[in-house]
Amino acid sequence: MNTIFDHKLAKGVGGLLPALDVPEQGIEKLIPSSLRRTHAPRIPNLSEPELVRHYTHLSKVNYGIDDGFYPLGSCTMKYNPKINEDLARLPGFANAHPLADEDLVQGSLKLLYEASRYLCRIAGLVEVTLQPAAGAHGELCGMFLVKRYFEKRGEEKRKRILLPDSAHGTNPSSATIAGFSVTEIPSGKDGMINLATLEEALDDTVAAIMLTVPNTLGIFEERILEVTNMVHAAGSLCYFDGANLNAFLGRARPGDMGADIFHFNLHKTLSAPHGGGGPGSGPIAVAQSLVDFLPVPRIVKDENRYRFDWNSPHSIGCIHSFYGNFGVILKAYAYLLLLGDTGLREVSENAVLNANYLQESLKQTYPLPYERLCKHEFVLSGKGLGEGISALDIAKRLIDYGFHPPTIYFPLIVPEALMIEPTECEGKETLDRFIEAMERIAAEAKENPRLLHEAPQYTPVRRLDQTRAARQPILTYPFDER
Amino acid sequence: MRYIANTGADRRAMLAAIGLSSLEELFHDIPQEVKDRFQPLELTVRSEMEVAQVLKELVTLNSCQQSSISFLGGGVYDHYIPSVVSHITSRSEFYTAYTPYQPELSQGTLTTMFEFQTLVCELTGMEVANASIYDGASALAEGVLMAKRIVGNGRVAAAQSLFPHYRRVLDTYCWAAGIKVIEIPYTNAGTCDLTALPQDLSSLVIQTPNAFGVIEELKGVKERLKDALLIVVTNPISLGILAPPGQFRADIVIGEGQPLGIPASFGGPFLGLFATRERYLRQMPGRLTAQTVDAEGKIGYTMAIQTREQHIRRERATSNICTNSQLCALAATVYLASLGADGLHELATLNLEKAHYLAQRITALPGYRLAFEAPFFNEFAVRVPTDPQAIRARLKEERILLDDPRFLSALGAPNTLRFAVTEKRTKDELDRLVELLEAM
Repeated sequence: MNTIFDHKLAKGVGGLLPALDVPEQGIEKLIPSSLRRTHAPRIPNLSEPELVRHYTHLSKVNYGIDDGFYPLGSCTMKYNPKINEDLARLPGFANAHPLADEDLVQGSLKLLYEASRYLCRIAGLVEVTLQPAAGAHGELCGMFLVKRYFEKRGEEKRKRILLPDSAHGTNPSSATIAGFSVTEIPSGKDGMINLATLEEALDDTVAAIMLTVPNTLGIFEERILEVTNMVHAAGSLCYFDGANLNAFLGRARPGDMGADIFHFNLHKTLSAPHGGGGPGSGPIAVAQSLVDFLPVPRIVKDENRYRFDWNSPHSIGCIHSFYGNFGVILKAYAYLLLLGDTGLREVSENAVLNANYLQESLKQTYPLPYERLCKHEFVLSGKGLGEGISALDIAKRLIDYGFHPPTIYFPLIVPEALMIEPTECEGKETLDRFIEAMERIAAEAKENPRLLHEAPQYTPVRRLDQTRAARQPILTYPFDER
Repeated sequence: MRYIANTGADRRAMLAAIGLSSLEELFHDIPQEVKDRFQPLELTVRSEMEVAQVLKELVTLNSCQQSSISFLGGGVYDHYIPSVVSHITSRSEFYTAYTPYQPELSQGTLTTMFEFQTLVCELTGMEVANASIYDGASALAEGVLMAKRIVGNGRVAAAQSLFPHYRRVLDTYCWAAGIKVIEIPYTNAGTCDLTALPQDLSSLVIQTPNAFGVIEELKGVKERLKDALLIVVTNPISLGILAPPGQFRADIVIGEGQPLGIPASFGGPFLGLFATRERYLRQMPGRLTAQTVDAEGKIGYTMAIQTREQHIRRERATSNICTNSQLCALAATVYLASLGADGLHELATLNLEKAHYLAQRITALPGYRLAFEAPFFNEFAVRVPTDPQAIRARLKEERILLDDPRFLSALGAPNTLRFAVTEKRTKDELDRLVELLEAM
């Protein structure tokens, strides 16, 4: 792969900037030499055609949801409607300055206000903050709320967070960064929380439980009401990780299951694109008991005027520079308007149908450690497929068949895990092609395992040396060796 | 629904394969009690055309855009964004991809991450940079947490002249982490006053240019810090002409990448820049890409040193962050590559010259003077002879926008207005502003 630094560091091609139209005074006069840069940064100067070709080439060695099936478990790689991209680029939205007077940005404020109302209703909770910039940021914000809640109640001894071993990967570190310690609770044989284990873990040092519903095995906690009742009875709070909301969108609400805090991933459930790893948006919704602690400013409506309300003495403060990732929230808002209630229901219907169809079709070929009706995703095991065959080999061979691989090695409770989430967007035709590829790979694993070990064969690069990348990391362009 | 490919016949065939007779049965594991409580949004399905109409009506309520001349700044700047930036970021192979967990399918994302890391190091004069964090303020908070992990002390000194939004986010994270924030006042010149620097710190946070637009003197600061780390918050455009913080032995450099080709977008999505020293690499939060080779010896890129990250280390991770602001990082990379080093220098110079032209014209008016004498870049604070709110309101009538002076008076600078001047402001616009001030 070439980088821009492999191109010549030529003199400026110019033409991008206007000429100086005020009398020139000279940098030397305006900035003392001690504050000035002495060496120019090594930024290459490409002509626009060179630049466009470089990045067009790079785009062609990338794979997005527009390129094909992307069954990455827990990531909800659904189609991103094109209209949303256009709407986010409307100059009046794109150029609105966050410090402009409220009367000049009523459109942006109204959009944020209405988006937060819709999110409240989806969550079945009473108030929302749009500030978190990603799911993990939402988790952190949620943990800050839990901390402040018990601080105000004088229950600082509640320092533990309970985490089922089927919870999301970011949960433990979000809890730790917020100053909690983590107690993991093992899942029962059915892949769900064992109530007796939970009972044992609950005491007056537990601040909250972080639940992923459905959990990362794709299983809905059937005893969810018992779980949340027990947690509440012990004086603790229930945090719901919303990464898997696609499973019950339009037909059930976390607030009705006993959630006190629920985070959304607008880039998963509500169709905002992932951008190659962000920016996302991770708003959180809360129950009445936590409203006072939400970040400031809150957006309020007085009759027909929208404004920021900074007056919230118990608030945890701010967790984002401004009001959250407006551009991402806009796309989620437009998506809700496009789908309406019927569309949202169809999302969960097709997402769950697709997942169960794949699960049913693939369980003949691949071990399914937790066999039951799944929700939007399920987890197979790549173990025992053949001598020395790993989940990684299966994933890489899928690339040769033209598919993005599923999530692998997560959740940790399934050996050689293959976590598959088809989303609602894929049709039966695509799923059947995927099933066929998976079956052929299983056969290859026995007959010709080299095909798996040496995969992928047709990509711009073959398997990369991860050990080398970790031991002697080259993290910037090696100019000196050029 | 237009985003769903299954037909009714497909659904029936799939249900039959699973052995169910209705779609409703797919949800029998959700307690009936929960399902009974469900309430819809009361939203009807809308066509694409209708949704576009709703949003286009909403956007007309944003009157800020209609022929206004912006001097708003405070960390978010109105720079020109070349067309090429959005054309590249609109390529759906980039924007519809996930985190590059499968490097063979993600060389586009990974290569641009590597380019981005290199550019951030080149700008800041640092040795390693991550692939970005949510925004400048959260990057600063992460930097302060990192310094605490390295030094072990629970106290941070932060210049009073930080942008308020950085300080607010820092305060929240520090409260949660049990870190005490000690405020460092500024001198009459508007620079950080280090004469009574407290001891036993994990880090000192200085912003340059600061909330008054003033460029801080970083020389000799690190030498006064003993074990504490020096964290510098900066504006990447200013680094086209200003000495990089790395030259002054900064340990961590933070920045808001928004000026690098990212629209203001009412405050997000933005781009947190984060660079540090190689020796602190394993304590650095955020995603990293490294160059390596494939099975055939060909150069390629992959995410690296993930043993710091949450999905491997779980509760022992350096940070809980599991994304970067990749699409914004791509925009910044294309933006910088379209400028080149010379173009960046030229751009920074345009900002500098125009800001100084305006400052000189304003301070030639009776009663107006620079609030602080120290050098500035593209933003400056002016002490005004009458009520700053009245001046601002009058200018607003003429569709000229200034930052709210409350932000500066809260920092102890009353009767002061701040002006940010980018390459987009023309001489005519600057002269018009001065004429209006003169006529008041």
